[in-house]
Amino acid sequence: MKGEELSGNPLHGLWALTNRELKKWYKEPFILLISIIQPIIWMALFGKAMNISAVFTRNLPQGLPPELSEQIMKQTFGTSDYFSFMAVGMLSFVTLFTTMFSGMSIVWDRRLGFLNKVLSTPVARSTIIFSKILSATVRSLIQASIVLVFAFLLGMKAGPSFTPISILGIYAILFMLCMGLSSLFLMIGIRSTRWETQMAVVNLLNLPLMFTSNALFPVSMMPDWLQPIANVNPITYTTDAVRQLLLYETNFNQLMLDFAYTAVFTIVIASISIILAWRYLSK
Amino acid sequence: MTENIIEAKGLTKVFNGYLVAVDHVNFEVKEGEIYGFLGPNGAGKTTTINMLITILKPTEGTATVCGHDIIREANMVRRKIGVVPQEYTADEDLTGYENIILCADLYGIPREISKKRALELLDLVQLTDFKDKKVETYSGGMRRRLELACGLINRPRVLFLDEPTLGLDVQTRAKIWEYIKLLKKEYGMTLFMTTHYLEEADALCDRVAIIDHGKILVVGSPEELKSSLGGDIITLSVNENKNISGLIEKIENVREVKHVKNGYRIKVKDGELTAPLIIEALRSEGIKVTRLSLSKPSLNEVYLEYTGKSMRDQEETVEDFRVRRMALRRARRR
Repeated sequence: MKGEELSGNPLHGLWALTNRELKKWYKEPFILLISIIQPIIWMALFGKAMNISAVFTRNLPQGLPPELSEQIMKQTFGTSDYFSFMAVGMLSFVTLFTTMFSGMSIVWDRRLGFLNKVLSTPVARSTIIFSKILSATVRSLIQASIVLVFAFLLGMKAGPSFTPISILGIYAILFMLCMGLSSLFLMIGIRSTRWETQMAVVNLLNLPLMFTSNALFPVSMMPDWLQPIANVNPITYTTDAVRQLLLYETNFNQLMLDFAYTAVFTIVIASISIILAWRYLSK
Repeated sequence: MTENIIEAKGLTKVFNGYLVAVDHVNFEVKEGEIYGFLGPNGAGKTTTINMLITILKPTEGTATVCGHDIIREANMVRRKIGVVPQEYTADEDLTGYENIILCADLYGIPREISKKRALELLDLVQLTDFKDKKVETYSGGMRRRLELACGLINRPRVLFLDEPTLGLDVQTRAKIWEYIKLLKKEYGMTLFMTTHYLEEADALCDRVAIIDHGKILVVGSPEELKSSLGGDIITLSVNENKNISGLIEKIENVREVKHVKNGYRIKVKDGELTAPLIIEALRSEGIKVTRLSLSKPSLNEVYLEYTGKSMRDQEETVEDFRVRRMALRRARRR
């Protein structure tokens, strides 16, 4: 047996490693079902139960015009329907919870020795990381699509600016958020050998990331000390972009800002995680 | 002159700045031989292999594998080697066949070649009937064979095996030995393996390096090492607390006497004939032999000779190493 002729493609192995992660998901009907049902339950129960519109319509003091409640809703949430507002937030929520597993999987790979095996092959170190990011992104986008479909089925109303092209914009920005978040969680996982630690850290991060964004509640209504935090949270920008495209009359300046912010976040975080991968995977 | 396919020069690994796992090790492996690292757990075998397969950077020194430097040309090394790790690393959720194809993809082998080769390798390790079963249903021996097949997918010039038969039953172990011999014989492959089984080193390796506490103590073929002992070994205990080494040395055929724990280790010519002479001679001095054993040269004796402690004894005092090994593992994982 002689040494092997190899393809010069620097990306070889990327699809193989990505597909390995995805296979675990789509080849297990049970896991697939659970992961699809979960966001739907969130949206259907949480979204419908938090019936904020009713706060204003049902509690409106006597003698005030009923249109007033709609006006308040519109001023607060940008749409008269809280469910639509919150369903968009759910897209970010699903992304957040799916990408957190990308960090878990590298911890497992390290524990089971799979990572060492891959490291002894000529696969680029950045490919290993990139495959994790990519598989988490694919999963998140598919789950987000399901959430989006169900949101419409459950009564989300598209806004006046909505066109089929908006869908492309929605995917583009969600794609960036997925990449950024999975890079973030991988960065945390890359040195960790205990999945318990990883789990704890990720759980500690997830809910604050969620609640300090505009996913469930508009930033303008938050207390003053919280607003600056919400204004640096990338989820705020992504969620706003999706709302601009899907629900609101699109404000293009705001939309550009949303895209730019999310893009910068993603590029910075992904670069850092790939640099860390280089450093830590070649001990 | 045969080319050295692996050459280590002053290879050293220190974990966390104080835990010396491998200590300035030098060795050469010739093309086409089976070279074994023999030593107890925690001796530095896995750390050495991890440096050679480029997943761990040496603290000091370096090595070449297939003519490429393991630090500067790691990627060239990776292309030319195969690795069979100590752990079962195959993905349990995938089938055996899928696992091999995954490995092939990691080497960038085109699918039309890898498909054919995967089937050949599955046939070689006799897993063809199970190729479409998930790995989680495999037994330990089957998994080890699958790891072997994965390690061969890129037709490596050197195959690294880290404790290839650890935890396997006798029949499976014999099977793995068979494959290893076959690879050397049929394909002229070079194999570098670590083991802490003396029988394994004896049965397979062309040359053995005995390693302990991160240092190579001696290198040679099992035969050379055994004959270097210069005869049979008699171990005996007596009911006399005084050191009687001088007395024993005077007996015919005795070459060397060492006072060891609980008795004496005596190197002799013709052990069968000499043992009665020793008992006789001691009795005439009024000393009673309470225990005597005669052993032919074996790697265990060699090990004893160079390290001053029996490998088997060490395996019994697991507690000591476990502490060291756990410390090493923790450091290595970080």
